[in-house]
Amino acid sequence: MNQIENSAPGVPPTPRMGRRLHPWPLRIMHWVNAVVMLVMITSGWGIYDDDVIIRGFHFSKFWRLGDWAAWSLNWHFAGMWFLVINGLIYLTYGFVTGRFREKLLPIRPAEVVQTVVDTLHFKIAHDDITVYNAVQKLLYIIVILAGIAQVITGLAIWKPVQFSGLVSLLGGFQTARVLHFVGMAVIVGFLVVHVALALLVPKTLWAMVAGGPRVSASSHAQDHHARQGHAA
Amino acid sequence: MRSPFRPDAVPDAAILDDHKPLMRSLSRRGLIRGSLSLGALVMLTGCDVKRPEAVQSALLAISRLNDGVQALLFDPNKLAPTYPASMILRPPKFNAYYDVMDVKPVNGATWRLEVSGLVADKRAWTLRDLRALPQTSMVIKHVCVEGWSYIGGWSGPTLRSFLERVGADLRAKYVAFKTADDYPSSIDMATALHPQTLLATQYGGDTLADPFGYPVRLRMATKLGYKNPKWITAIEVTNTYPGGYWEKKGFSWFAGL
Repeated sequence: MNQIENSAPGVPPTPRMGRRLHPWPLRIMHWVNAVVMLVMITSGWGIYDDDVIIRGFHFSKFWRLGDWAAWSLNWHFAGMWFLVINGLIYLTYGFVTGRFREKLLPIRPAEVVQTVVDTLHFKIAHDDITVYNAVQKLLYIIVILAGIAQVITGLAIWKPVQFSGLVSLLGGFQTARVLHFVGMAVIVGFLVVHVALALLVPKTLWAMVAGGPRVSASSHAQDHHARQGHAA
Repeated sequence: MRSPFRPDAVPDAAILDDHKPLMRSLSRRGLIRGSLSLGALVMLTGCDVKRPEAVQSALLAISRLNDGVQALLFDPNKLAPTYPASMILRPPKFNAYYDVMDVKPVNGATWRLEVSGLVADKRAWTLRDLRALPQTSMVIKHVCVEGWSYIGGWSGPTLRSFLERVGADLRAKYVAFKTADDYPSSIDMATALHPQTLLATQYGGDTLADPFGYPVRLRMATKLGYKNPKWITAIEVTNTYPGGYWEKKGFSWFAGL
């Protein structure tokens, strides 16, 4: 048993040739994104503080990147390149390798409800970190979409004249600005849950560093595996 | 005539001046460092003393790169959205690096606009000369780098008509401004020639009020608020990067919308 400890239950021991749960390009992209997201969020807070959206609510100096607005802006407009380039590579990778389809689909509403109910009863299954539950899938899809939305609303408030069509589509400059703020809040909300769970189940964190268990290369097998896992 | 835009200090001194806050923070850090143990000093020197300068210059380098990208994104034929006159905010919002109480009004009767650099006619302009140029009006959104915005209505000659009248070299890179409130600024020629770039003398159909730049200020629909100097006293056409008040403090130079 010990020899196959790393393999997921319900799956025959895979040959040592199988790829890792998180292949190295994905791990690099994950950690680049982690740093860049923190840069974008905290520098964004510095920019926000210059003219707050919610009266009376600002971020204290400790949480801001950049000692004042000029440098928060410079951080933000430097970070955006890394966010966009890394993000585009990630999206291309996710679609081309089939990882998105494999890991994030399908999501069945009944499974989402069941996972939420289980979680509220503290029955969070995490024996097999190679398969995401319905809530995880949903949260990952939401945060990916939020990241894309941030680039779009960010572009709108950076260049409201050059992309004036986009701005009016978003409901005007100030609305686009609020949407950019809301998108940040969604990502930060995800981040809190994501980091908390990674710390609660440290092997997931280690898997994102070292690659995690080896999994079958076939997406069909993954899908089959997923269904088996939920039936069990 | 000596260009009013030529720096008074030698470049070395100006660079020192630019880095004064950094130097102050370094010496402050030096005090803190001095009070720490040798062990802590070893840990600090690598990441706390040397990096900020490197990070700062890296960020500035990317900001300059972004200025280039912004220039590429700028479409000289793209017009900013305009609004009905009923939406004009009265009075406009005041914003400067000092309080509205500290505004020093300019006497329009004795005011002269100096013209220098790559222009054929360096004769100084009066307010009457400016008013004799064809007048344009626009109701546009003012967007501040801080995030707030408002709709304002501005009138005056286009900067393009002014530059053409003085026989400016329209292939030059920059148009630079000096102001009565010591707020140097400069823009790219493409934006200077944009139809929504005005030498505004009126707001909402009335003569500009003192806090908003009487007798003349720059109003561009395609740049952030801080790129619009008020109380303009001199205009120079040049190929030498002139910088600006906020740009010196780290803000983007292009600052296009």
